[in-house]
Amino acid sequence: MVSIRYRKAGNAVRNVSWTKARGAGLTLLLGILLSSFLLFVTVPIASLFLRITPEAFFRSLAEPVVVDALVLSLLTATVSTVIVILFGTPLSYINARTEYRGKDIVDTLTDLPIVLPPAVAGIALLMAFGRRGVVGEYLDAFGIQIAFTTLAVILAQVFVASPFYIRQARASFEAVDRIYEDAARTLGASRLRVLLRVTVPIAWTGLVSGAILTFARALGEFGATIMFAGNFQGRTQTMPLAIYTTMQGDIYDAISLSIVLVIISFAVILAVTFVTRRRI
Amino acid sequence: MKSHRNITLLGPLLLIAAVIAVAGCTGTTEAPPSKEQTTLTVFTAASLTGAFTDIGKAYEAENRNVKIDLVFDGSQALRTQIEQGASPDVFVSANVKHMKALEDAGFMENGTVELFVENSLAVIVPVDNPAKIATLADLTKPGVKLVIGTKDVPFGSYTRQVLDKMANSSAYGPAYKEAVMGNVISEETAVSSVVPKLTLGEADAAFVYKSDVKQEDRDKLTRIDIPAVYNVVAQYPLGILAESQQKDAAAAFIAFVRGTDGSAILTEYGFDPIP
Repeated sequence: MVSIRYRKAGNAVRNVSWTKARGAGLTLLLGILLSSFLLFVTVPIASLFLRITPEAFFRSLAEPVVVDALVLSLLTATVSTVIVILFGTPLSYINARTEYRGKDIVDTLTDLPIVLPPAVAGIALLMAFGRRGVVGEYLDAFGIQIAFTTLAVILAQVFVASPFYIRQARASFEAVDRIYEDAARTLGASRLRVLLRVTVPIAWTGLVSGAILTFARALGEFGATIMFAGNFQGRTQTMPLAIYTTMQGDIYDAISLSIVLVIISFAVILAVTFVTRRRI
Repeated sequence: MKSHRNITLLGPLLLIAAVIAVAGCTGTTEAPPSKEQTTLTVFTAASLTGAFTDIGKAYEAENRNVKIDLVFDGSQALRTQIEQGASPDVFVSANVKHMKALEDAGFMENGTVELFVENSLAVIVPVDNPAKIATLADLTKPGVKLVIGTKDVPFGSYTRQVLDKMANSSAYGPAYKEAVMGNVISEETAVSSVVPKLTLGEADAAFVYKSDVKQEDRDKLTRIDIPAVYNVVAQYPLGILAESQQKDAAAAFIAFVRGTDGSAILTEYGFDPIP
C-alpha cells in the first residue's frame, strides 16, 4: 500500500473538481512510476533469456564447469541452511521467550551480517579461520585447515545467510500466543514437548519462509566465498563464482548459469509466497 | 521492546555513518580546477595497478588541467565492459588477444595501438616461506597451497604455457606439471586478488608476473625466478578508443607513459619498457 502525505492547503477553498483532477493526476503519476520500475526490473532479466539460444543454453548446461558449480551450490546451500536451522531455532526461541541481560546485544550481533558488505565478511572469516587466523592457527597446529575448502564455502554462507532465518524465526515465535503453550503445560506436557507439538507447528510458516530465504541468500553468496574459500572448480567454485569466472572466457556459460540462478530464485520467491499464504 | 531494539541497532550504525562522513571530509584536497579541465578515463589491466597509479599521479602533477581516472580489472573484464558500451579514452591490456578482439570489432583507433612493455612470470612465496619452497621443483611437494590464474585470464594462461614448457623438458617432465596443478587451491581472475592471499600467509606460493611484487610487499614476499627457457614474454598493448572525444589528450598521456618518466616508473615495478 502506498500512502501519500501532502500538506493541506491552508485556507484555500477546496472545490470538488480540483480534488478529483488532482486524484486522477496522482493515479497517473503513480502508474507511470510503478510501470517504469517494473520495466527496470524485468527488462534486464528478460534480456538474459533473449541473448542466448535454447540450444546454446542446453549445451552450456552440460559443460563440466556448469555442472560442478550447480552441484556444489545446491549441496553447500542445503548444508548451510540445515546448520542455520539447527543453531538458529533454539537461539530465536530463547530470545523470543525469555528476558536476560544483554539480549539486545545478542540480537544486534545476529543481525550484523545483513549490513556487512560480503567482502568484509570474507576478510573477517579469513582473519579468524585462515591458516594464520585468530582461531585458525590453533586448528592448523592440529592439521585442520578450513580456508580454501568446501567447508569454507559453507561457513561463508552460514555467516551471511543466518540473519534471514533467525530474524524470521524470532518474529514467528514472538507471534505465537502463549495461551496455547500454557494450556499444554497445564495438561502436563514437558517444555520440549510443548515446543515441538505446539509452538513450532504454530510458527511453522514463518520458520519455513525464513529457511527458504536463507537458502536463497546462501545460493547467491559471492564476496565472502571468493575471499575465504577461493575459486576452485568442483571444490569451492559455487554458481556465482562460476558466473564470474566464465565471464572471462565463454560468456554463454555465464549467461546459462545466470538463467539457472534466476529460475531458482524465482522458484524461491514463489515458495515463500505459497508457504506464507497458507494459514494453518 | 521493539523500539528499544531499534535503538541498540541504530546507535552503532549512526556511529559508523559518522565515522565514514568524517573520513570522507578528510580526503584529498582538490586542486582548483582550471578553466579547461579534462578527465581521461584509462581502463588498465590489474597487473599494472601499482605502476599506473604512480604514473597517473606524476602526470596529474605535471598537467594540472588533466585528471586521470584509472579503472583496474582483469583484461577480459575490461574488454567485456568496452564491448558492452563502456567508453574509456585509453585501454591498456595485459595481452594482445583482448586488444586484437577490440581492434577487429572497430572499438579501437587502430593506428594508435602499440606494444609498450614486456613482462614475464615468476613464482612468489611469503617471506617466512611456510612450505619451504626454494626452487621450482619444490612446488610439487604434497600439501603446497598454490594459487594461479584461471585459464582465461592472461596470467593464468601464461602459467599454463610455462608449465607446458616444463612438462616438455627433460629436467621436469609431464609428472611435474600434473603434481603442480594438483596443488592448486584457488584459480583467481585477477592478479590483484592473488598477492593478498600470500602476504597474509594463507597460501604458500603463486604464479604471477614478476612485476607483481610491489615496493611495499618486498619485505613480505620472496620472488623465485623462472628461467627464460621456460618463461614467456607477455607483451602489453595500449591504444586510444575510437569513440574517445579527447584523442589529443589521450595521445599526450600515452606519450608520457612511453617517455622517460613513465618508463622509469614501469621499470621500477619490474616491467621492461619497449623503446
